[in-house]
Amino acid sequence: MPDVQDAHGAQGDPLTLNAALVGRTYPSTPAYVVGREKVREFATAIGDLNPAYHSVEAARALGYSDVVAPPTFAFVVAYAGSSQAAMDPELGLDYSRVVHGEQRFSYARPIVAGDSLIATATIEAIRSVAGNDIVTTRVELATEAGEPVVTTTTVIVSRGTAEDPS
Amino acid sequence: MSPITVGTVVPSQTFRVTRLDLVRYAGASGDFNLIHWNERFATSVGLPDVIAHGMFTMAEAARVVTDWIGDPGALEEYAVRFTRPVPVADDDRGSEIEVSGEVTEVLDNGRVKVMLTATYEGQKVLGNAVAIVRVA
Repeated sequence: MPDVQDAHGAQGDPLTLNAALVGRTYPSTPAYVVGREKVREFATAIGDLNPAYHSVEAARALGYSDVVAPPTFAFVVAYAGSSQAAMDPELGLDYSRVVHGEQRFSYARPIVAGDSLIATATIEAIRSVAGNDIVTTRVELATEAGEPVVTTTTVIVSRGTAEDPS
Repeated sequence: MSPITVGTVVPSQTFRVTRLDLVRYAGASGDFNLIHWNERFATSVGLPDVIAHGMFTMAEAARVVTDWIGDPGALEEYAVRFTRPVPVADDDRGSEIEVSGEVTEVLDNGRVKVMLTATYEGQKVLGNAVAIVRVA
Protein backbone atom coordinates (compact mmCIF):
# COMPACT_ATOMS: atom_id res chain seq x y z
CA MET A 1 0.00 0.00 0.00
CA PRO A 2 1.43 3.34 -0.96
CA ASP A 3 1.30 6.02 1.70
CA VAL A 4 1.20 8.64 -0.99
CA GLN A 5 0.86 8.30 -4.69
CA ASP A 6 0.85 10.83 -7.49
CA ALA A 7 0.01 14.11 -5.81
CA HIS A 8 -0.40 15.73 -9.18
CA GLY A 9 -3.85 16.03 -10.60
CA ALA A 10 -5.07 17.05 -7.17
CA GLN A 11 -7.45 19.53 -8.65
CA GLY A 12 -11.02 19.52 -9.80
CA ASP A 13 -14.04 18.24 -7.96
CA PRO A 14 -13.83 15.95 -4.97
CA LEU A 15 -14.41 12.33 -5.92
CA THR A 16 -17.80 10.86 -5.48
CA LEU A 17 -17.56 7.33 -4.26
CA ASN A 18 -20.23 4.71 -4.49
CA ALA A 19 -21.51 4.58 -0.91
CA ALA A 20 -23.69 1.61 -1.81
CA LEU A 21 -20.56 -0.52 -1.49
CA VAL A 22 -20.45 -0.13 2.30
CA GLY A 23 -20.76 -3.63 3.68
CA ARG A 24 -19.61 -5.33 0.50
CA THR A 25 -17.44 -8.37 1.19
CA TYR A 26 -15.04 -9.58 -1.48
CA PRO A 27 -14.20 -13.19 -2.33
CA SER A 28 -11.48 -14.61 -0.10
CA THR A 29 -8.00 -14.55 -1.57
CA PRO A 30 -6.03 -17.69 -2.35
CA ALA A 31 -4.02 -18.85 0.65
CA TYR A 32 -0.83 -16.96 1.53
CA VAL A 33 1.62 -19.48 2.91
CA VAL A 34 3.90 -17.80 5.45
CA GLY A 35 7.47 -18.92 4.89
CA ARG A 36 10.11 -19.00 7.62
CA GLU A 37 12.66 -17.18 5.46
CA LYS A 38 10.06 -14.55 4.51
CA VAL A 39 9.44 -13.85 8.18
CA ARG A 40 13.17 -13.52 8.78
CA GLU A 41 13.55 -11.30 5.70
CA PHE A 42 10.76 -8.99 6.87
CA ALA A 43 12.13 -8.81 10.42
CA THR A 44 15.58 -8.03 9.05
CA ALA A 45 14.12 -5.32 6.81
CA ILE A 46 12.68 -3.52 9.83
CA GLY A 47 15.97 -4.04 11.66
CA ASP A 48 14.37 -6.16 14.37
CA LEU A 49 16.60 -8.83 15.88
CA ASN A 50 13.97 -10.14 18.31
CA PRO A 51 14.91 -13.85 18.59
CA ALA A 52 11.27 -14.91 18.23
CA TYR A 53 11.36 -13.62 14.64
CA HIS A 54 14.56 -15.42 13.68
CA SER A 55 15.12 -18.49 15.85
CA VAL A 56 12.78 -21.46 15.77
CA GLU A 57 14.12 -22.50 19.17
CA ALA A 58 13.40 -19.06 20.67
CA ALA A 59 9.90 -19.06 19.20
CA ARG A 60 9.22 -22.56 20.54
CA ALA A 61 10.42 -21.49 23.97
CA LEU A 62 7.61 -18.92 23.88
CA GLY A 63 5.10 -21.60 22.90
CA TYR A 64 4.92 -21.03 19.14
CA SER A 65 5.32 -23.70 16.51
CA ASP A 66 7.76 -21.71 14.37
CA VAL A 67 9.25 -18.23 13.99
CA VAL A 68 6.81 -15.42 14.78
CA ALA A 69 6.10 -12.69 12.24
CA PRO A 70 6.50 -9.07 13.41
CA PRO A 71 3.07 -7.49 14.10
CA THR A 72 2.93 -5.33 10.97
CA PHE A 73 3.70 -8.28 8.69
CA ALA A 74 -0.05 -8.89 8.77
CA PHE A 75 -0.39 -5.91 6.43
CA VAL A 76 1.68 -7.69 3.79
CA VAL A 77 -0.55 -10.76 4.01
CA ALA A 78 -3.75 -8.68 4.00
CA TYR A 79 -2.75 -6.50 1.07
CA ALA A 80 -4.17 -8.74 -1.64
CA GLY A 81 -7.51 -8.55 0.14
CA SER A 82 -7.57 -4.85 0.92
CA SER A 83 -6.52 -3.87 -2.59
CA GLN A 84 -9.51 -5.80 -4.00
CA ALA A 85 -11.73 -3.28 -2.26
CA ALA A 86 -9.64 -0.17 -2.94
CA MET A 87 -9.34 -1.00 -6.62
CA ASP A 88 -12.94 -2.12 -7.16
CA PRO A 89 -13.96 -0.15 -10.27
CA GLU A 90 -17.46 0.20 -8.83
CA LEU A 91 -16.02 2.12 -5.88
CA GLY A 92 -14.74 4.89 -8.13
CA LEU A 93 -11.63 5.62 -6.09
CA ASP A 94 -8.85 7.52 -7.87
CA TYR A 95 -5.98 5.40 -6.62
CA SER A 96 -3.45 7.92 -7.93
CA ARG A 97 -4.46 10.27 -5.10
CA VAL A 98 -4.57 7.76 -2.32
CA VAL A 99 -2.78 8.30 0.98
CA HIS A 100 -2.57 5.76 3.80
CA GLY A 101 -4.43 7.49 6.62
CA GLU A 102 -4.70 4.95 9.42
CA GLN A 103 -3.82 1.35 10.12
CA ARG A 104 -5.17 -0.89 12.87
CA PHE A 105 -4.47 -4.50 13.81
CA SER A 106 -6.32 -6.79 16.20
CA TYR A 107 -4.56 -10.07 16.90
CA ALA A 108 -6.16 -13.33 18.02
CA ARG A 109 -2.60 -14.66 17.93
CA PRO A 110 0.58 -13.73 16.08
CA ILE A 111 1.18 -15.01 12.58
CA VAL A 112 3.79 -17.77 12.56
CA ALA A 113 5.74 -19.43 9.78
CA GLY A 114 3.76 -22.29 8.33
CA ASP A 115 0.43 -20.48 8.55
CA SER A 116 -1.69 -20.71 5.42
CA LEU A 117 -3.86 -17.60 5.54
CA ILE A 118 -6.78 -16.41 3.51
CA ALA A 119 -7.84 -12.77 3.46
CA THR A 120 -11.45 -11.65 3.29
CA ALA A 121 -12.00 -7.94 2.75
CA THR A 122 -15.08 -5.90 3.59
CA ILE A 123 -15.68 -2.23 2.95
CA GLU A 124 -16.60 -0.93 6.37
CA ALA A 125 -17.16 2.77 5.76
CA ILE A 126 -17.09 5.39 3.05
CA ARG A 127 -17.24 9.04 3.94
CA SER A 128 -16.21 12.42 2.72
CA VAL A 129 -14.53 14.93 5.01
CA ALA A 130 -13.40 18.37 3.87
CA GLY A 131 -13.30 17.33 0.24
CA ASN A 132 -11.39 14.12 0.93
CA ASP A 133 -12.92 10.73 0.28
CA ILE A 134 -12.16 8.26 3.04
CA VAL A 135 -12.57 4.50 2.71
CA THR A 136 -12.23 2.05 5.60
CA THR A 137 -11.57 -1.56 4.67
CA ARG A 138 -11.44 -4.43 7.12
CA VAL A 139 -9.59 -7.63 6.26
CA GLU A 140 -10.08 -10.81 8.23
CA LEU A 141 -7.06 -13.10 8.09
CA ALA A 142 -7.88 -16.68 8.97
CA THR A 143 -6.29 -20.05 8.48
CA GLU A 144 -7.68 -22.28 5.77
CA ALA A 145 -9.26 -24.28 8.58
CA GLY A 146 -11.17 -21.15 9.60
CA GLU A 147 -9.23 -20.11 12.71
CA PRO A 148 -9.28 -16.28 13.01
CA VAL A 149 -5.73 -14.88 13.31
CA VAL A 150 -5.63 -11.14 12.65
CA THR A 151 -8.10 -8.43 11.70
CA THR A 152 -6.56 -5.50 9.86
CA THR A 153 -8.32 -2.21 9.27
CA THR A 154 -6.97 0.18 6.67
CA VAL A 155 -8.16 3.74 6.20
CA ILE A 156 -7.21 5.29 2.91
CA VAL A 157 -7.80 8.88 1.98
CA SER A 158 -8.24 10.12 -1.56
CA ARG A 159 -7.34 13.75 -1.39
CA GLY A 160 -9.76 16.03 -3.14
CA THR A 161 -7.73 19.16 -2.53
CA ALA A 162 -4.12 20.08 -3.25
CA GLU A 163 -2.70 19.89 0.26
CA ASP A 164 0.60 18.50 1.42
CA PRO A 165 0.70 14.72 1.28
CA SER A 166 0.83 13.04 4.66
CA MET B 1 9.59 -6.12 35.45
CA SER B 2 8.32 -3.94 38.30
CA PRO B 3 4.55 -3.55 38.69
CA ILE B 4 3.02 -1.84 35.71
CA THR B 5 0.71 1.04 36.47
CA VAL B 6 -0.60 4.12 34.75
CA GLY B 7 2.44 6.25 34.06
CA THR B 8 4.87 3.36 33.63
CA VAL B 9 7.33 4.43 30.98
CA VAL B 10 8.12 2.14 28.07
CA PRO B 11 11.82 2.61 27.26
CA SER B 12 12.21 4.94 24.30
CA GLN B 13 14.32 4.09 21.27
CA THR B 14 15.67 5.91 18.25
CA PHE B 15 15.49 4.20 14.87
CA ARG B 16 17.67 5.32 12.01
CA VAL B 17 16.30 4.94 8.50
CA THR B 18 18.44 5.26 5.39
CA ARG B 19 17.70 4.85 1.70
CA LEU B 20 19.09 1.33 1.94
CA ASP B 21 16.56 0.54 4.66
CA LEU B 22 13.74 1.75 2.41
CA VAL B 23 14.95 -0.35 -0.51
CA ARG B 24 15.19 -3.37 1.77
CA TYR B 25 11.72 -2.71 3.19
CA ALA B 26 10.28 -2.28 -0.29
CA GLY B 27 11.59 -5.70 -1.24
CA ALA B 28 10.46 -7.42 1.94
CA SER B 29 6.99 -5.85 1.97
CA GLY B 30 6.34 -5.77 -1.77
CA ASP B 31 5.59 -2.02 -1.66
CA PHE B 32 7.65 -0.61 -4.52
CA ASN B 33 5.88 2.72 -4.73
CA LEU B 34 8.31 5.14 -6.38
CA ILE B 35 7.97 7.76 -3.65
CA HIS B 36 9.88 5.46 -1.29
CA TRP B 37 13.04 5.17 -3.35
CA ASN B 38 12.98 7.46 -6.41
CA GLU B 39 13.84 11.04 -5.51
CA ARG B 40 13.14 12.30 -9.03
CA PHE B 41 9.59 10.98 -8.82
CA ALA B 42 9.01 11.97 -5.18
CA THR B 43 9.96 15.58 -5.76
CA SER B 44 7.94 15.68 -8.98
CA VAL B 45 4.79 14.99 -6.95
CA GLY B 46 5.58 17.70 -4.43
CA LEU B 47 7.29 15.73 -1.69
CA PRO B 48 10.39 17.21 -0.09
CA ASP B 49 12.37 14.02 -0.77
CA VAL B 50 11.92 10.27 -0.83
CA ILE B 51 9.74 9.40 2.17
CA ALA B 52 9.71 6.33 4.38
CA HIS B 53 6.86 3.87 4.04
CA GLY B 54 4.24 4.62 6.67
CA MET B 55 4.19 0.91 7.45
CA PHE B 56 7.96 1.04 8.04
CA THR B 57 7.47 3.74 10.67
CA MET B 58 4.61 1.74 12.17
CA ALA B 59 6.85 -1.33 12.32
CA GLU B 60 9.64 0.59 14.08
CA ALA B 61 7.23 2.10 16.63
CA ALA B 62 5.96 -1.40 17.46
CA ARG B 63 9.48 -2.45 18.43
CA VAL B 64 9.37 -0.21 21.49
CA VAL B 65 6.43 -2.29 22.73
CA THR B 66 7.62 -5.73 21.66
CA ASP B 67 11.11 -5.13 23.09
CA TRP B 68 9.47 -4.11 26.36
CA ILE B 69 7.17 -7.16 26.64
CA GLY B 70 9.57 -9.70 25.13
CA ASP B 71 6.89 -11.98 23.65
CA PRO B 72 5.60 -10.25 20.51
CA GLY B 73 2.48 -12.43 20.77
CA ALA B 74 1.41 -10.44 23.83
CA LEU B 75 0.42 -7.58 21.54
CA GLU B 76 -3.36 -7.74 21.14
CA GLU B 77 -4.11 -4.52 19.31
CA TYR B 78 -2.04 -1.91 17.55
CA ALA B 79 -3.28 1.18 15.74
CA VAL B 80 -1.81 4.38 14.33
CA ARG B 81 -2.74 7.36 12.20
CA PHE B 82 -0.18 8.55 9.67
CA THR B 83 0.04 12.27 10.24
CA ARG B 84 3.30 13.35 8.62
CA PRO B 85 5.82 11.76 6.25
CA VAL B 86 9.43 11.00 7.22
CA PRO B 87 11.74 12.28 4.45
CA VAL B 88 14.91 10.26 3.92
CA ALA B 89 17.80 12.02 2.20
CA ASP B 90 20.36 10.31 -0.02
CA ASP B 91 23.16 10.33 2.54
CA ASP B 92 24.77 7.89 4.96
CA ARG B 93 23.15 9.45 8.00
CA GLY B 94 19.52 8.95 7.03
CA SER B 95 16.70 10.13 9.27
CA GLU B 96 15.97 9.36 12.89
CA ILE B 97 12.57 8.35 14.22
CA GLU B 98 12.29 8.69 17.98
CA VAL B 99 9.68 6.56 19.69
CA SER B 100 8.57 6.69 23.31
CA GLY B 101 5.67 5.11 25.14
CA GLU B 102 3.74 5.25 28.37
CA VAL B 103 1.07 3.13 30.00
CA THR B 104 -2.08 5.22 30.08
CA GLU B 105 -4.62 2.67 31.26
CA VAL B 106 -4.72 -0.63 33.10
CA LEU B 107 -7.36 -2.85 31.52
CA ASP B 108 -8.95 -6.15 32.53
CA ASN B 109 -7.38 -9.58 32.00
CA GLY B 110 -3.83 -8.38 32.68
CA ARG B 111 -3.78 -5.99 29.76
CA VAL B 112 -2.57 -2.41 29.56
CA LYS B 113 -2.94 0.37 27.04
CA VAL B 114 0.28 2.01 25.85
CA MET B 115 0.26 5.35 24.07
CA LEU B 116 3.20 5.76 21.70
CA THR B 117 4.80 8.95 20.45
CA ALA B 118 6.87 8.86 17.27
CA THR B 119 8.67 11.98 16.10
CA TYR B 120 10.99 13.06 13.33
CA GLU B 121 12.90 16.27 13.97
CA GLY B 122 10.64 16.96 16.93
CA GLN B 123 7.39 16.66 15.01
CA LYS B 124 4.93 13.84 15.45
CA VAL B 125 4.71 11.46 12.52
CA LEU B 126 2.07 9.17 14.05
CA GLY B 127 -1.17 10.15 15.74
CA ASN B 128 -3.31 8.13 18.16
CA ALA B 129 -0.64 5.44 18.25
CA VAL B 130 -2.00 2.88 20.69
CA ALA B 131 -0.99 -0.63 21.66
CA ILE B 132 -3.00 -3.00 23.87
CA VAL B 133 -0.65 -5.49 25.50
CA ARG B 134 -0.99 -8.46 27.84
CA VAL B 135 1.49 -7.99 30.66
CA ALA B 136 0.28 -10.63 33.11
